[in-house]
Amino acid sequence: MERQIRQLAAALALLFVVLLAQITHIQVIAAERLAEDPANAARQLIAEYQVDRGDILAADGRTVLATSKRSRGELRYERRYPLGALTAHITGYSSIVYGRSELEQAYDDFLAGDAPQLLPQTLTDMILGRPRRGASIVTTIDPAVQRAAAEALGDLPGGVAAIDPRTGDVLALVANPSYDPNPLSSHDPREIRRAWAALTEDPAKPLVSRASDELYPPGSTFKVVVAAAALAAGYGPGSRWPNPHVLDLPDTTHDLGNFGGVTCSGGAEITLADALRQSCNVVFGEIGLALGPKVLAAQARLFGFAPSPDEGEIPFDIPMQAGVFPDPSYFETHRPAVALSAIGQDQVATNPLHMALVAGAVANGGVMMRPRLVTEVRAPDGRVLETFEPEPISRPMSEIDAALLTRMMVDVVERGTGTAARIPGVRVAGKTGTAQHGEGLPPHAWFVAFAPAEDPQVAVAVIVLDGGSLGAEATGGRIAAPIARAVIEAALRR
Amino acid sequence: MSRAVAARAHPRPWAALAFTLLALAIGLGAYVLAGLGKRGHVPVQLALYGSILAVGELAAWLAIRRLAPAADPALFPTAAVLVGLGFAMIFRLSGGLAAEQATWIALGITAFCLTLWLVRDHRQLDAFTYTIGLAGIVLLLLPIVPGIGREINGARLWVRIGPIGFQPSELGKVLVVVFLASYLTQKRELLRVATWRLGPVRLPPAKHLMPVLVAWGTSLAILFLQRDMGASLLYFGIFVVMLWVATGRLAYLAIGGALFALGAWLGYRTFEHVQLRVDVWLHALDPDKVFAQGYGQLAQAWFGMGTGGLVGTGLGRGSPGLIPFAATDFIFAAIGEELGMLGTVAVLLLYVTLVGKGLRAALACADPFGRLLAAGLSAIVALQTFVIVGGITRVIPLTGVTLPFVSYGGSSLISNFVLLALLVRIDAGPAPSVRPRPPRPA
Repeated sequence: MERQIRQLAAALALLFVVLLAQITHIQVIAAERLAEDPANAARQLIAEYQVDRGDILAADGRTVLATSKRSRGELRYERRYPLGALTAHITGYSSIVYGRSELEQAYDDFLAGDAPQLLPQTLTDMILGRPRRGASIVTTIDPAVQRAAAEALGDLPGGVAAIDPRTGDVLALVANPSYDPNPLSSHDPREIRRAWAALTEDPAKPLVSRASDELYPPGSTFKVVVAAAALAAGYGPGSRWPNPHVLDLPDTTHDLGNFGGVTCSGGAEITLADALRQSCNVVFGEIGLALGPKVLAAQARLFGFAPSPDEGEIPFDIPMQAGVFPDPSYFETHRPAVALSAIGQDQVATNPLHMALVAGAVANGGVMMRPRLVTEVRAPDGRVLETFEPEPISRPMSEIDAALLTRMMVDVVERGTGTAARIPGVRVAGKTGTAQHGEGLPPHAWFVAFAPAEDPQVAVAVIVLDGGSLGAEATGGRIAAPIARAVIEAALRR
Repeated sequence: MSRAVAARAHPRPWAALAFTLLALAIGLGAYVLAGLGKRGHVPVQLALYGSILAVGELAAWLAIRRLAPAADPALFPTAAVLVGLGFAMIFRLSGGLAAEQATWIALGITAFCLTLWLVRDHRQLDAFTYTIGLAGIVLLLLPIVPGIGREINGARLWVRIGPIGFQPSELGKVLVVVFLASYLTQKRELLRVATWRLGPVRLPPAKHLMPVLVAWGTSLAILFLQRDMGASLLYFGIFVVMLWVATGRLAYLAIGGALFALGAWLGYRTFEHVQLRVDVWLHALDPDKVFAQGYGQLAQAWFGMGTGGLVGTGLGRGSPGLIPFAATDFIFAAIGEELGMLGTVAVLLLYVTLVGKGLRAALACADPFGRLLAAGLSAIVALQTFVIVGGITRVIPLTGVTLPFVSYGGSSLISNFVLLALLVRIDAGPAPSVRPRPPRPA
């Protein structure tokens, strides 16, 4: 029997060797693949929410836009947004069902503590059995400007963007409607799904920011771009242009008239500066035709306009839709569109953030800065891990042309269509826009501006959709300019 | 037959105490860490459960010291570590189950001490061959009896009489091994003689082959009537192994293997749930099946063990609650998640130690009955561990059995403690009060 018992021992040992080999396979060789298997979502989620995720802070470094709160239940930390809907399009949400968006998504590596810079601390926390802590990010959002923009916009559908033209810092980014990210970020799947269903079924699409994600015809605010092209082509502010009642569009029986069907004042000829001040569609149609689609498109590209919505690339911390100006080839078969594009209609499209960048480029001596939303990343112990410096992304204008255009835009506010944006003691440069976007629909009201004109500290763009409270009577000057003024005032109080 | 192992000639009571205290420290340490990891504080019932474990294990040490002083000092402590780790894991999974498991541990250790006290000499058991055999078979088949048998999770292996529910097959397992050891030592000369040939295999007389067929029939009955594949596999396996150990005839392994293959094939053809088990075994992690009914359990076990990786998430810090039946059949996967490969390898090495010491006791035992009994008891612990760990790790199709000493469950824990007591008894030889130890050869 002794021999069999020894053989039995060997056979049983073999069984255990097989088990040990298979365990090595599962827990070492295949371990990572198993841990990251999509079907292992529950564990990944629990691990994700073990982390004391970092805060998202306003520019003052104190105001909290997003933070983590200890929660009861299997998921350890819950995300909270103290300012709720006010900053939802900036922070985004952090949902166990629908994932993350905006900064929560874009800076997840830092916020979740996954970034390599955090490794030493993460290891220490792991060894000491402490929950992993993520880094905090400091944004450029100024809570006072953000609030002023939201209050000025009120309940009107639309969006506001305010930047510091010198750095590209986004001071405020407000869109209506917005949404409360807190229910989406709760740990109750029923509550999350209910909130999500309400938001996705809403035809106004609250999850999408009208300040930076959508595209609208810019209307006459686009004349800033066309004026820049005219200046670059050698047509000075005093260059004279015919001033008829209407412009006969090529290849069609249609005419292009001025807003309200009036003739711009000034006689048979009018200067470029006067045409901008009064926002003469007829004259800008002429300028567009005179410069031609190639020149217009080239100027628009310098300002960041892409040939199609899919090709836009303005580097931003969160997803952003860049404006569109068609490729010159488009106009070969659409000759009247050249004149219409020169007044910001037809296929031309943009949004407040992009238009704030355009105004900012004029304000900044012709240099367009990258829109910056995050300035630094701070480790949980307060150490600065990473800083993001301002960076220019293009030079759409010469410094001289920018100065000339600034003076022309000051005229718009002082004695043109934009007088509603006047601020006592501050020289404001601006441009109105009233964009048609469909037969019989009330127009979108626009205003782009920067101030003070001699030393610009803020550039703003406002859109109020579908005429806002004024309906068909709305113009950029009447409804959007006062909102821009309120935002500028708040920004200048900084 | 010489006593090959000299170590036990020197009883080391203080070594036994040291090992027992070490086992206690590991168990309680794991329990406290699980509490810290899960709730962030020391478990509130530490005093209660701590004293149950401490009193129990020290009582067992004392019982061994008094009743089986020559036993290997590490035999009981090895099992105690497994019990302690299992308790910590169960506590981590469910406070309610932990309260019950503490009771079972207390009862199990009581059963251990009682067995040591009652069975003064393992040869006593050799006198009741057929009584024990009958009792074993009855216990195995009891769940089939209408009225008291209960079907839980698709298998009929529970018996409920009044308020008390238990799995009789767990104790039946121990009795069957005792019966086989007794029966086979009596008949092994007969079974060893080959008188006729079947193809290339030379076989003993048909009369003596009967027990093989009876065992095969019984395991088929368990498979078909109770739908308990795990137990069926285990009984047939232990039977064939003991038959071979007793006779040394490889023919029995061959016949056993053939009959097993036939039984497995019949089961596969007959039962959809057996087909499902095989498909789960092969495809548990296929993306299109991973959430399907019946597949998720193994997938979750693998995800848990994979997430645990080499060092584990730490006790109380993983999510073994996602693994169905984590406290019973799948406790090995829960250990793998929270203690990592270091933990699972440690657990397997504890079984290797336990089984190895059991087989050493078998080699060292003077009488054939004791040898075969110790070998059988060790083998069944090893086979049961292989069946469940192999099932979880997909070395073989999954069949639900408990992980000895670790899994939650009273029947399993108590019968394994009885099994351990028998091993300790065989290892130590007769209790001192029955027969004074013979003077040692120089």
